[in-house]
Amino acid sequence: MYLGKVIGRVVSTVKDASLEGRKLLLIRRLPQGPSVVAVDAVGAGAGETVYVCRGREAAFAFKPQEVPTEASVVAIVDTIEREL
Amino acid sequence: MLLARIVGTVVATRKDPRLEGKKLLICRQIDPDGNDEKGYLVAVDTVHAGFRERVLIVQGSSARMAQGCKDTPVDAAIVGIVDQVAQD
Repeated sequence: MYLGKVIGRVVSTVKDASLEGRKLLLIRRLPQGPSVVAVDAVGAGAGETVYVCRGREAAFAFKPQEVPTEASVVAIVDTIEREL
Repeated sequence: MLLARIVGTVVATRKDPRLEGKKLLICRQIDPDGNDEKGYLVAVDTVHAGFRERVLIVQGSSARMAQGCKDTPVDAAIVGIVDQVAQD
């Protein structure tokens, strides 16, 4: 899992039936990583810092439905506290 | 999931029986602006995508959750055709 920033949205009409009604977000890995398309599980919006789950486990966010995704937004970050 | 563009097709006669009837497409990864990135992959098509279309690809074991891919030897599946990428 890693932190990302919502930098955009992806619109797709023809898609897998279990992706219907799901929001597809364009996420850039923080601080300056590659971008990835993730399925939104929490209602995240533009510019927000989010917590992204990768891999097989990303689909667990939508259980019991089986959604074909290997990247999901599973949390919206309020604050980050850290020491150098 | 990855953004990619379809750049070709793969034809295979002898293959795993569970792959029969499935379309195999060569996809090149692209960035959100549509520029080509390094690397390509062969993915199973589940949405009837066509040449040069921008698509969404799911990789790894999650690819088996795409329609018609259950219990098949697949680790990359095309699950959507991209209409638009909106960047903030």
